[in-house]
Amino acid sequence: MKSLGSIRRDFAPWNDPNAKPYIQFDKVIKKFGDFTAVNNLSLTIFEREFFALLGASGCGKSTLLRMLAGFEEPTAGRILLDGQDLRGIPPYKRPVNMMFQSYALFPHMTVEKNIAFGLKQEGMPAPDIEKRVAEMLRLVKLEQFAKRKPHQLSGGQRQRVALARSVAKRPKVLLLDEPLGALDKKLREETQFELMDLQQELGLTFVVVTHDQEEAMTMADRIAIMDKGEVMQVATPAEIYEAPTSRFVAHFVGNVNMFEGKVAERAANTTRITGATGAQIVVENAAETANGADIVFAIRPEKIKVSSKKPADAVNALEGEVYDVAYLGDMTVYHIKLDDGQMVRASALNASRVTEDPLTWNDRAWVSFRPDAGVVLTR
Amino acid sequence: MNATWSRFNMTSIVLGFAFLYLPIMLLIVFSFNESKLVTVWGGFSTKWYVSLFHNQGLMDATWVTARVGVISATAATVLGTLAAITLTRYTRFRGRVLFSGMVFAPLVMPEVITGLSLLLLFVAVGLDRGFFTVTLAHTTFTMCFVAVVVQSRLVTFDRSLEEAAMDLGAPPVKTFFQITLPVILPAIISGWMLAFTLSLDDLVIASFTSGPGATTLPMKIYSQVRLGVTPEINAACTILIAVVAIGVIIASIANKRREVQRQRDEQAAQRG
Repeated sequence: MKSLGSIRRDFAPWNDPNAKPYIQFDKVIKKFGDFTAVNNLSLTIFEREFFALLGASGCGKSTLLRMLAGFEEPTAGRILLDGQDLRGIPPYKRPVNMMFQSYALFPHMTVEKNIAFGLKQEGMPAPDIEKRVAEMLRLVKLEQFAKRKPHQLSGGQRQRVALARSVAKRPKVLLLDEPLGALDKKLREETQFELMDLQQELGLTFVVVTHDQEEAMTMADRIAIMDKGEVMQVATPAEIYEAPTSRFVAHFVGNVNMFEGKVAERAANTTRITGATGAQIVVENAAETANGADIVFAIRPEKIKVSSKKPADAVNALEGEVYDVAYLGDMTVYHIKLDDGQMVRASALNASRVTEDPLTWNDRAWVSFRPDAGVVLTR
Repeated sequence: MNATWSRFNMTSIVLGFAFLYLPIMLLIVFSFNESKLVTVWGGFSTKWYVSLFHNQGLMDATWVTARVGVISATAATVLGTLAAITLTRYTRFRGRVLFSGMVFAPLVMPEVITGLSLLLLFVAVGLDRGFFTVTLAHTTFTMCFVAVVVQSRLVTFDRSLEEAAMDLGAPPVKTFFQITLPVILPAIISGWMLAFTLSLDDLVIASFTSGPGATTLPMKIYSQVRLGVTPEINAACTILIAVVAIGVIIASIANKRREVQRQRDEQAAQRG
């Protein structure tokens, strides 16, 4: 069965027209002086969703998060949480909690006191606080560190304290600002899975801001790709990767080959494209294009096959020369310079230990791909 | 090692320290002088310390100085901290540049001018000079030192601490008292100490703004010296030096301990 769905098979409220949105950004604009950080943005997030805002620095993703937390007010537009307009509600009265990039642990308080801080503000009775703090410490496996001060902890431990503190109040939504940014690579990978488990266990809605696409792809149910204060695409990680709707998104996530061209001929299921340099390509997935339209054909490197002879059954096969080869262990990356000058990146999984068709620098080579291997982009 | 302890190095160290400390050593030595003549050694004695405590004038002056110091340092700390917070936090109000300039101008203002202008003000508004005016004057001129110390701490203060507190449900005032104040407290305490020390050894401004019945210790010492130096003054100064030295030593030991403790903690944290 062909599918570009979510990893959690039974969870896809965004496809359900009757699903009630939980967080709603409605035509939100945020300006700082002359600079527009968020530009007329609308976005819907559902309950219990793990939602990622992905973009380069300065794309407005953190501003979006800070508006949700209440540290910034939108210049125009509305933000709704569970049907309630958040305008004018100060941060200390919002049912959301945030985990800060710097962790922002209170340096003069022990781990225990840090976690209890929010509960105390709520006026929770002391025995209940004690119980909840113990529960949180267990959750992040820091029981024996309760009496330590933040500076007596390692980076990973601090991150856990920050997490425990931000979920202690059981907020409706947990906001995470680059939650794993300060950790080293190995710890980051472990923590990604822990965060996902935690979200499942607590049943909270998570909104995470990150610039790390791998992190977003790993953890999120859906990702919003942002650029210059606007959302470029909102979709599941698989859709973002396999069916980007714009050049920006295709470029931003993973590696991609782009062929500039025009629609030459449209048939029932397939479309023939003439590349700017003369190459002919036949593709599917180009339903919304008109004859003669300028388009870009985008294809991921691993969808391209490289061989020394022209594959007999290939619909799309282009000839060229091996320009570069990089052996990475699990896969090999080829840079092929086609005869029309276009450079193509292709990667092959090294599924067996020996290669039957070895290629090296300056060899003649063919690149081939199926008609449904790429997408046609009009913007 | 020969290179580090060359004759030239030794000489310059000895001369340097002699230049800094010989006058003070002389003062301390002569405070234990038996003779009434300040420059002639007449044997060891502590009698000047005894007579010092019976010198009502000096004791009164000490008491005045201590009270002026504590009150003005406390007031200056409150005002200076508020000024520092305003200057670091509210960066976009009209006249901020002017205001910050005006807060820091007294740092470089000659004391004579500060003293004279305060005197003119007090006379103009008809305030009788005395304990109140000298305290007021000290508050004014030490406030900007506190502002500088606290501001330099606030510049490096991580604002996300306050945001985290508010995010967790603490309103702004509570956030200030529970998070901001405890974190910047060391800077506020150093500001207070600085203000207190400055007030303690100020002579010029006190001379302009003080009045009858409110003679501070530096004023008293200065006026007595004009009549001739007595070993009693040496004793008073020695005690002052001892108080300051003990303060400095305690502060640096506490600092050192904290540093060692911090390093130990960090190593412990790295071990897991």
